[in-house]
Amino acid sequence: MDFNLSNTHKLLQDFYQRFAEKEIKPLARKMDEEEKFDLELLKKMQSVGLFGIPYSKEYGGAGGDTLAYVLCMEEISKIDASSGITISVHTSLCCSCINDFGTEVQKEKYLRPLIDGRKIGCFSLTEPNAGSDAGGQQTSAVLDGDSYVLNGSKVFTTNSGFADIFIIFAVTDKAAGTDGISAFIVEAGTPGLSVGNSIPRMGIRASSNCEVAINGVRVPKENMLRREGEGFEIALKALDGGRIGIGAQSVGIAQGALNEAMHYVRERKQFGKPIAAFQNTKFKIAEMQTKIDAARLLVYRAAIAKDAKKDYSDLAAMCKLFGSEVANEVTRVCVQLLGGYGYSREYPVERMMRDAKITEIYEGTSEVMKMVIAGSLKI
Amino acid sequence: MKILVCMKQVPDTSEVTLDPITNTLIRKGVRSIINPDDKAGIEAALSLRDEIQNSEVIVVSMGPPQAEIALMETLAMGCDEAYLISDRKFGGSDTLATSTILAAALKKIGFDLIITGRQAIDGDTAQVGPQIAEHLGIPHVSYVEEFFYSDGGDEGKAMIVMRQFEDRYHKIRVKFPCLLTAISGYKEPRYLTVSGVFDADNKEIKHFGYEELKEHLDESCIGLKGSPTKVVKSYTKEQKSQGTVLKGLTNNEAVEAIMARLKEGHII
Repeated sequence: MDFNLSNTHKLLQDFYQRFAEKEIKPLARKMDEEEKFDLELLKKMQSVGLFGIPYSKEYGGAGGDTLAYVLCMEEISKIDASSGITISVHTSLCCSCINDFGTEVQKEKYLRPLIDGRKIGCFSLTEPNAGSDAGGQQTSAVLDGDSYVLNGSKVFTTNSGFADIFIIFAVTDKAAGTDGISAFIVEAGTPGLSVGNSIPRMGIRASSNCEVAINGVRVPKENMLRREGEGFEIALKALDGGRIGIGAQSVGIAQGALNEAMHYVRERKQFGKPIAAFQNTKFKIAEMQTKIDAARLLVYRAAIAKDAKKDYSDLAAMCKLFGSEVANEVTRVCVQLLGGYGYSREYPVERMMRDAKITEIYEGTSEVMKMVIAGSLKI
Repeated sequence: MKILVCMKQVPDTSEVTLDPITNTLIRKGVRSIINPDDKAGIEAALSLRDEIQNSEVIVVSMGPPQAEIALMETLAMGCDEAYLISDRKFGGSDTLATSTILAAALKKIGFDLIITGRQAIDGDTAQVGPQIAEHLGIPHVSYVEEFFYSDGGDEGKAMIVMRQFEDRYHKIRVKFPCLLTAISGYKEPRYLTVSGVFDADNKEIKHFGYEELKEHLDESCIGLKGSPTKVVKSYTKEQKSQGTVLKGLTNNEAVEAIMARLKEGHII
């Protein structure tokens, strides 16, 4: 077993890091305060290939793997978790559905522009009354001639404010339970599809996260992914992959906060010496780095298993469960190490602490992760 | 046109910080980067290639095997080929020996235009580029900020370059083959792309050691033996205090005040 990254992955890691420091860092605070993602930044991120990392060159992707993608998630989220989730939802949730379940025609028409950097995607599963119980979908889809007519509403759809392509889940057979859910590719601007304002939130405030109203949206039959009733399986598979990305995002948030704290404690003097000289500081930092490293290894393990086409559902759940807990603990302790300055908006650690919370909630709460892990252990 | 660019992998000196407790340099975790002036040279070369038909950009780096990752980065930026010049016999080379070895490699690869960085941020000598030109017997222009290609009518093909010179620029026309040393700052080097990294992964980085270059090399002119530069001592500069400025004194008072301070400090 070798814990070293290849030169390819090292080079990518270094590139992501430099890109984030140069392009994202100067904007992160402003985007958070204004609760708005910078669309020029989005274009830059697309132009260097951050939106098609683990997808085949055949369709215009970068030809990379999951490991290359999680390295990106970590490095970008070290600087700004909102930028991280923007990449993650597009890549892991939207594109994966089309890549893994789409027809050749669907891939050519929808996957290509998504992964070659022209378009942005989102994933509409969560509804006001269907969160952890995602099977309780109320949005309906009724076949009418050559198209389905969709009605309902979605909530917390990340990227929806500027997305070009939506993956929307809807019930085609109410009596069949989760086997009656289907997945559709819907283009932004389709009549009846309307996106509300971004929902005010505690963290990841720069990401676009809106309610989506679906009123008589006509979707051509050929835009259904797989067959009727296969939507729930598609959603679960996408979420399994997505969780590795959220695990990586959590590691990034934690490491980003710790890096800030390490810089601060070397400079900050109290009682005549830098606070890094106090044992309390040293021990706290040692504990945090150990936990972050452990979380990172869980993320790599899940990513490598996915690339090796092994079962990774439980591994993804573990890396997200542990990583998100570490992100929350580490950011809280980092705010404490910076004291009053940590609490002030002048320093980014308070933002990182606010951003960390969502990692325990989205793409499956910690409680759902425990259900998945326990299930894999036949408990 | 065959454009060769010389590149050096260097520690990112902007990241080296001082430990406030021990007052020593913190070197751990300092990234290795492509020397900034060399990166400007790569950008200039790639821009020329975009403009001139049937041209290629080949990057050459002399260094330890770890420099492969920097060469990979140049391939990911879009360079066509990369060579690593590495051999135990090359170890300990000063600028003269380094330029001797690089000149041998460049001669073997062949070139129309050679671009090097002005200087490396870890050595700051600015000698290797011009030395290579001397070894190869070709003209060079150093401190080049802007590069233009001219396919030039009666005067023939040439490079028109803006060379930074103290308070002004020199606009110089130089015929091929020639060597130009580039300075960073004028044009932001392009980013590599994720896709480019995976393309680079499929490209081979070619290796030249002593064996491959010996036809152009004299063994006594390379490595430690071939290096006339001897480092006698290396040490961290002591920081001097700022000094005291005494104002408003007459000449005589000033002399008295200085003498009093010198006595006070037991200097005289």
